[in-house]
Amino acid sequence: MSNRKPETGAFFQRDRQWHPPAYTPDYKTSVVRSPQRALLSLDSTLSEITGPVFGHSLLGELDDDLIHNFAKPGESAIGQRIIVHGRVVDERGVGVASALLEFWQANAGGRYRHKREGYLAPLDPNFGGCGRTITDEDGYYRFRTVKPGAYPWPNGVNDWRPAHIHFSVFGHGFAQRLITQMYFEGDPMIWQCPIVKSIPDKAAIEQLIAALDRQNTIPMDARAYKFDIVLRGRRSTLFENRLEGN
Amino acid sequence: MVQSLGFLKETPSQTAGPYVHIGCTPNFSGITGVYEADLGISMVNDQTFGERVTLRGRIFDGTGTPLRDALVEIWQADAKGLYNSPSEMRGTADANFSGWGRCPTDMETGEYIFETIKPGRVPYKDGRLMAPHVTLWIVARGINIGLQTRLYFADEEAANAEDPVLQRIEHRNRVPTLLARKDGSTYHFDIHLQGEKETVFFDI
Ligand SMILES: [Fe+3]
Repeated sequence: MSNRKPETGAFFQRDRQWHPPAYTPDYKTSVVRSPQRALLSLDSTLSEITGPVFGHSLLGELDDDLIHNFAKPGESAIGQRIIVHGRVVDERGVGVASALLEFWQANAGGRYRHKREGYLAPLDPNFGGCGRTITDEDGYYRFRTVKPGAYPWPNGVNDWRPAHIHFSVFGHGFAQRLITQMYFEGDPMIWQCPIVKSIPDKAAIEQLIAALDRQNTIPMDARAYKFDIVLRGRRSTLFENRLEGN
Repeated sequence: MVQSLGFLKETPSQTAGPYVHIGCTPNFSGITGVYEADLGISMVNDQTFGERVTLRGRIFDGTGTPLRDALVEIWQADAKGLYNSPSEMRGTADANFSGWGRCPTDMETGEYIFETIKPGRVPYKDGRLMAPHVTLWIVARGINIGLQTRLYFADEEAANAEDPVLQRIEHRNRVPTLLARKDGSTYHFDIHLQGEKETVFFDI
């Protein structure tokens, strides 16, 4: 944990125009899985202001190395080696320390290691596809993996997912809980994907595209992509009316 | 021109997709040897203070079919109403209770199950006590942004009647969608994403 005092303010209202709406018929599964009624909007209570925070002791040595964390000793995953790094901040630009990030992805051929996966691309015996890390005091994180392949999926007759890495993020309040996907700069398939297009605003989509970062590329080893993540910000509690015991 | 407020935009959500278990519960999905155990599978131990309860139910889509690929997370106070979180300023929560759990829905039956304790009451912003409740967060393929709701305990009639959040529900016939039915030490709580019985979801 950081030395900063824990914050206890209510969260900024979530901008639901910036996020994808629940009902996006071009992404067919959303049709029967989207609530139809209005959400009940309330200012955060203690139940959302608080949240689980995880310690670095949770992590194993290879948790942030997808090239090796499933591989046999002395072997490694097949594919283009990359470093993904960035910073987790909140909407005020304040770094979020001790944020747990979990990620999962297809292998270099676009195949997931999963019972329900049916794509004919081969499994890589040395690639599991999961990893995790926790941000440092200033909110920075990094991990190593291979660049995932694009893959087809049953939605339209010929829909393909652009190369992407799934991210699950814990901030400090349960209201900050977020799952999203990271895409790669320069991939034309981003703009053809019904899941990407569930996000109405082009600028919001661009927020999910990691930039190729030549400065942090490791010569003769791995290219780097930079992906910053923004979680909900909080109001200061300084002038809030708080009754005894709250 | 005025000074810029300088706020950033929250990173937009994307669906967890069909393979969320690879990342969040890899052992459950058959990827073993990477993490010792899946995170959030156990919330209590022998020392945990409070009344042991089991929470279980299924999540139904608009056709009445249970979701077999969802992931449910819960967050709740300990038996005394304290959260195991750095943002908890009112005291120190039970060190033997995590307050947070994670469970994939069963790949055959669609059921989720949590072994936990009944939470204590937590104050609302104005100091009134909320009824005992558990916050749920649901993600799955086809869900574009995680759905947040609350489980209240049907047998806490008096507390539920004065709960400031439940009181905010305009259509009173929807309140029962948030009440878990007691059966011994088990509470049954089904979630309906659509239809007549659509669960109340929160933007909170
Ligand atoms: Fe995917």
